[in-house]
Amino acid sequence: MSRTVIIDPVTRIEGHAKISLHLDGDGRLTDARFHVVEYRGFEKFCEGHPFTEMAGITARICGICPVSHLLAAAKTGDKLLGVTIPPAAQKLRRLLNLAQICQSHALSFFHLSSPDFLLGWECEPARRNLFGLMAADPDLARAGIRLRQFGQQILELLGGRKIHAAWAVPGGVRIPLSDAAKAWILERLPEARATARLALERFKPLLDGPLQREQQVFGQFPSLFLGLVGPDGEWDCIDGQLRLIASDGTVLADHLKEDDYASFLAEAVEEWSYLKFPYYKPLGPAAGMYRVGPLARLNVCERIGTPWADAELADLRARHGRVVTSSFAYHQARLVEIVACLEAIEQLVGDPQLQDQRVRVRGSLQCHGAVGVSEAPRGTLFHHYQVDDHGLITRVNLIIATGQNNLAMNRTVLQIAREVIPGPVAAGAEIPEALLNRLEAGIRCYDPCLSCSTHAAGQMPLRLQLVGVDGQLLAERSRG
Amino acid sequence: MAALTLRIDGQAVAVPAGSSLLAATRLAGLALPVLCHLDGLTPVGACRLCLVAIEGQSKLQPACTSEALEGQVVATNTAELRELRRMAVELFFAEGNHVCAYCVASGACELQAMAVTLGMDHSRFPYQYPLRDVDASHPLFSLDANRCILCSRCVRVCAELEGAHVWDIAGRGRHCRLVAGLDQPWGEVDACTSCGQCVEACPTGALFHKDDSTAEKHPHPIRALQLRRVHDLPPRPDP
Ligand code: SF4
Ligand code: SF4
Ligand code: FES
Repeated sequence: MSRTVIIDPVTRIEGHAKISLHLDGDGRLTDARFHVVEYRGFEKFCEGHPFTEMAGITARICGICPVSHLLAAAKTGDKLLGVTIPPAAQKLRRLLNLAQICQSHALSFFHLSSPDFLLGWECEPARRNLFGLMAADPDLARAGIRLRQFGQQILELLGGRKIHAAWAVPGGVRIPLSDAAKAWILERLPEARATARLALERFKPLLDGPLQREQQVFGQFPSLFLGLVGPDGEWDCIDGQLRLIASDGTVLADHLKEDDYASFLAEAVEEWSYLKFPYYKPLGPAAGMYRVGPLARLNVCERIGTPWADAELADLRARHGRVVTSSFAYHQARLVEIVACLEAIEQLVGDPQLQDQRVRVRGSLQCHGAVGVSEAPRGTLFHHYQVDDHGLITRVNLIIATGQNNLAMNRTVLQIAREVIPGPVAAGAEIPEALLNRLEAGIRCYDPCLSCSTHAAGQMPLRLQLVGVDGQLLAERSRG
Repeated sequence: MAALTLRIDGQAVAVPAGSSLLAATRLAGLALPVLCHLDGLTPVGACRLCLVAIEGQSKLQPACTSEALEGQVVATNTAELRELRRMAVELFFAEGNHVCAYCVASGACELQAMAVTLGMDHSRFPYQYPLRDVDASHPLFSLDANRCILCSRCVRVCAELEGAHVWDIAGRGRHCRLVAGLDQPWGEVDACTSCGQCVEACPTGALFHKDDSTAEKHPHPIRALQLRRVHDLPPRPDP
């Protein structure tokens, strides 16, 4: 008789999920599935709309990273119009994305994940959250909140609103950067840098000490990595081309164009999840599993290109090797990227061209389909639109970061479950609280955003189920 | 010009003979919500927002199409009228597909502004979610029928001012819809001079410039002034 354990919902991730652990007849773990059971069908209801509305519509997919969709939609729109956007617009879009990545990583690290590291896994769940952190380390918690606010405020200054700012449009951006906005950014940068330094100072000793085991078992396995890199292989988050590497550092494919994504990415579908399972087509679904996001971006790039971030990248590589294969390192990667973003923001703000008044070009429809790509905080985001002669959408495909990490998340869940339950599970055994905590934390490495990647509706609590060979439910533990 | 006097909301007002009750109300310095009315176009009384109560008449009348008469006693702001107006706006929302979140006119839409002004926070009527199309066949402008409230301002501005008469309302009842030419794609209607006045006249995001995206439609400056006149007046207490 085989059995399955299901955890549902995973708290402190954006969106909701269920985990099932499958046991064989001897009670040994054979499979783990991270189910995404919400569905929103965004791709369907975009049909019939003018492509110019896609930025506005897709920014509604997610309140957490609307900017990423906005940028991907705007870039796709540029291509449909066949225009090259003004240099200032290009830089402003980059600034927008840097601010977005910075605020999103701050949310992930300080608000969602750091309670686990700083308060400890065994800390009761009711206290293991931002409020617990505020009680235990108010300075760090406050600094983290202000760092997120720094990024958020830049989004607001650029777009006029914090969330859902439809400021990037096909052809460029709507309004140039004001002097006041520039001054605000410059004024707040030192504090943001100090916060990033503080977080790194607190986090790195934990990596050398109590978090060593986590680095071994939280998604430590070889896989491919995909991300954008600049023309010289440097870290990039908006322009550039796609690079895919293997965990031994081999560059499997370079200068990939997003337009050809269908030739190198395929998406598997499983009946138990609304989230699709993209993989690298030439290698098939097993060997073609790849990861995206902060860790992948740092793995695929040669260097970041700014001094402090490059030093932090060197630290990350010194700990794990040139290609970092432990998903636990996503946390450190987020901090490295925060540093990279802050340095890049500083450089951009000093660039006189940034305030050029020409930020938008107009055009008319030039082709029937286009693909736009941007690096969302959680990983590479593809928008693919097909339009009719008049620019009305006939088909949309969105490939979202959390979807691309789907296979790796399942792998991580299985690895952690095997660590916590090394031997066979006795019939009638209860699911230990520790397992729930670890599995949640394992998934949180990817900072998954489920509502977005499934285009899902509603909210659902986390449930862990233990499922037998013939599908019968053996044990269940839920929280939420 | 002959003048006549009447009382509106208790206030005596003298207006030129032949004025509409809407004009008289405005002359009295009182606000009256309108959607289908646009200064300079023949009034049609389509939206029913300007309904007023005239003493001695059992039926409420639209002020835009009713002539002001000597000695009339008119109420424009009773609880009943306010309720009916809110209901009318709720019906507009329920009958089309108005998704302000990504609408080109959000922030500059008269329907949206009216909902706010009249204190609508939801619709008591079930949303109909009609299946409607977007006509993007014109090289410069598009019509998103989902947002059309059939006010016919575009119809009138095109016929009366531009003299092209591209637009008409076809069908009856809930099947009413705006059609271009002989129910053709707009881009195929030769009569259209691409003057863009219909886009300017449209109170919602139904007609818009093609390269405008979410919240980028701006009302014509004169329309913006009219809007302000309607919405900036403080709400008045019951007479
Ligand atoms: S653009 Fe001018 S001519 Fe064409 S439909 Fe509109 S108002 Fe009529
Ligand atoms: S398109 Fe605009 S102006 Fe024309 S009837 Fe519809 S809402 Fe009125
Ligand atoms: S303004 Fe009078 S009925 Fe519309």
